[in-house]
Amino acid sequence: MIATLLRIGFLNLKRDRVALSLKFLLPIVFFSIFASVFGGRGDDQTARIDIGVVDEDHSEFSARLAAGLAQEKGLRVRTTADGKPGTLLDRASAEQAVRSGDVPVAVVLPARLGESFANNGLSGRSGVSIKLLSDVSDPIAPQMVLGLLQKVTMTAAPDLLVRGGLRQFETHAGAMTPQQRTAVDAWLPQLKPGAGAAGGADGSGGAGTGAGGMAVGVEVVDVMRAGSNRGSLISFYAAGVGVMFLLFSSVAGAGGALLEEAEAGTLERLLSTNMGLTRLLAGKWIFLTLGGVAQLTVMFLWGTAVFGLPLFSHLPGFFVMTAATASAAAALGLVLATLARTREQLSGFSTILVLTMSALGGSMFPRFLMSEGLQKVGLFTFNAWAVDGYLKVFWRNAPLWQLWPQVLVLCGCTAVFLAAARGLARRWESA
Amino acid sequence: MTDVLTVRGATKSYGATRALDGASFELREGELLALLGPNGAGKTTLIRAISGRVRLDAGEIRVFDRVLDGRHTPKELGIVPQEIAVYSMLTARENLEVFGGLHGLTGGDLTRQVDWALEGTGLADRAREPVRQFSGGMRRRLNIACGVLHRPRVVLLDEPTVGVDPQSRDRIYDLLAALAASGVSLLLTTHHIEEAEARCARTVILDHGKVIAAGTTPELVDQTIGRFRFVSLRLNRPLPADAHAQLGSRPGVALDPADAALITARLTDVATELPPLLEAIRTSGGTVEDVDVRGPSLQSVFIHLTGKDLRE
Repeated sequence: MIATLLRIGFLNLKRDRVALSLKFLLPIVFFSIFASVFGGRGDDQTARIDIGVVDEDHSEFSARLAAGLAQEKGLRVRTTADGKPGTLLDRASAEQAVRSGDVPVAVVLPARLGESFANNGLSGRSGVSIKLLSDVSDPIAPQMVLGLLQKVTMTAAPDLLVRGGLRQFETHAGAMTPQQRTAVDAWLPQLKPGAGAAGGADGSGGAGTGAGGMAVGVEVVDVMRAGSNRGSLISFYAAGVGVMFLLFSSVAGAGGALLEEAEAGTLERLLSTNMGLTRLLAGKWIFLTLGGVAQLTVMFLWGTAVFGLPLFSHLPGFFVMTAATASAAAALGLVLATLARTREQLSGFSTILVLTMSALGGSMFPRFLMSEGLQKVGLFTFNAWAVDGYLKVFWRNAPLWQLWPQVLVLCGCTAVFLAAARGLARRWESA
Repeated sequence: MTDVLTVRGATKSYGATRALDGASFELREGELLALLGPNGAGKTTLIRAISGRVRLDAGEIRVFDRVLDGRHTPKELGIVPQEIAVYSMLTARENLEVFGGLHGLTGGDLTRQVDWALEGTGLADRAREPVRQFSGGMRRRLNIACGVLHRPRVVLLDEPTVGVDPQSRDRIYDLLAALAASGVSLLLTTHHIEEAEARCARTVILDHGKVIAAGTTPELVDQTIGRFRFVSLRLNRPLPADAHAQLGSRPGVALDPADAALITARLTDVATELPPLLEAIRTSGGTVEDVDVRGPSLQSVFIHLTGKDLRE
């Protein structure tokens, strides 16, 4: 008897491709995405962090630090405004680059850094410290740059580090003897990066042992919190979660709008009024879009009331992004509803697609956690563009015109999806 | 009577399957016409073709002398699909307002027609309830109301009484009869042949995509099995074997070997042929307790024309 039940279950499962996909394919897809993001598949898969470096000191030490950072595998350093040869970054343009999201971190090597280092080593008494301009919407990048900066400080200028230390020693313990001075002068060149005695500036060698446990003075400056958008990080979660559920509701709504009507016969009845499929789809799309706008508005209002999301100070940008996102989600819902033959098919297929798009597109966790390859793949989902747009509005206080790439992509998606849905809906036209 | 709908040589294939194979018939003004046929005979394809939802490969369909292009539904048509094509979350009134609006009714005219449809289908007192709370019969009546409230001159009904109780069925046919009396022409498909016989003026029988018979029930009987009567005689007790066998040798008489107290006969003229049969039974010692005389039915014609083989 149990064998019969097993046979029934097996036959049902074998013939239900959607159930098979949900059972085996979806877990594999998700496992792969999460493993790629959080597990890593080797160092070469780790995302490189874009940073700006501003050298206000122009000393040998600052130059060596900048060069050391540039050679770090985990960093992609830019020293000019647009990353190409041209105007060098200054503090203001570097801060703007962080604010606009071009780079998550900028390292400012302030004037007198080299002098301070030469005089004081790493004691930081002079109060001259490196500034790390950061955007805390990406909490990983500043920490990573901070760590690499410490390492580079040690490995890029061990000779200068020792020289500063000796100077401190002489200040407090008395001058070295001529013999000691001679010996030190002969030793110090060997500490220079590339001299072979104590590591190099390629980031692979160790620092001078005498510097162990010391740290360069670094001040982390959150450039985003310097403004009035405190609490705006909530917008990331609101956007990510909102877009994911918008997709779910749009697909379900479109399924209800088309497949359910086709099954119930109301679609046939509607078409018999000569309204035409194009007008029918347009009506469904507008309804789904309005529903999506309402859904996101309610969610952001809740975020405003409970979590202090600054919705009312960003209304124009919010509505532009919400309209663009909701219209694209509605159009995608129509594509899936016209593609599927049954609601079961739609449900299974859309679950796989929406969850995958949400994972890759940054709705579940920030895309900066992903490898560069996955980040690029994520750009094929409109979640990524929608979330980026909301972040521009709420986090970066970007003016409306700066939303054009996101709006353009979302509107393009809408047009393509609507055209695809219209083509797929031909099966409901006269046979 | 004027023909409001004419179908001539309607042909339609789906791949290798020929759904319609030169079907021809006409629907007259104010007529309630039944379209019968076994499953897969082509009824639904034909209805959809008339509705402008199927393009014919050959042949033509005219509604009020206008040839249909197979892409648009003529505005004179009202369509009642086999499915309960209404929105279950909406009330009956809201459904009627929606579909009336889509058919161009507005304002006071829409309100009047909605009220008329609700009254006609016996749903007036439940008009403000969501349809999901309705019984099957109520939904079926609302389905019909949605198809007729915009005053179509021709109504196509695909199995309008499937799955409803006798009361709802009567109500539906009363509504259809009232529409026909007001000049509306109705074409309905059904598997309830006795309903078609009792309620419809004429019948068209479709099989394998072709119209194989059309006319009133007497006309169909004459065209096919002829005007005989089935007579069943129930005796008070089985006749002796020799007497029973002697009766069985009479023309038209059939005996049931399992039931010697039952005698059946197929008589062309009951008035002249039945009395001698009764007399023969009496002289054989039998007493007739019950007599049942039945004419040939549309069911007989249908089975005669389409056979008893399963089609699906």
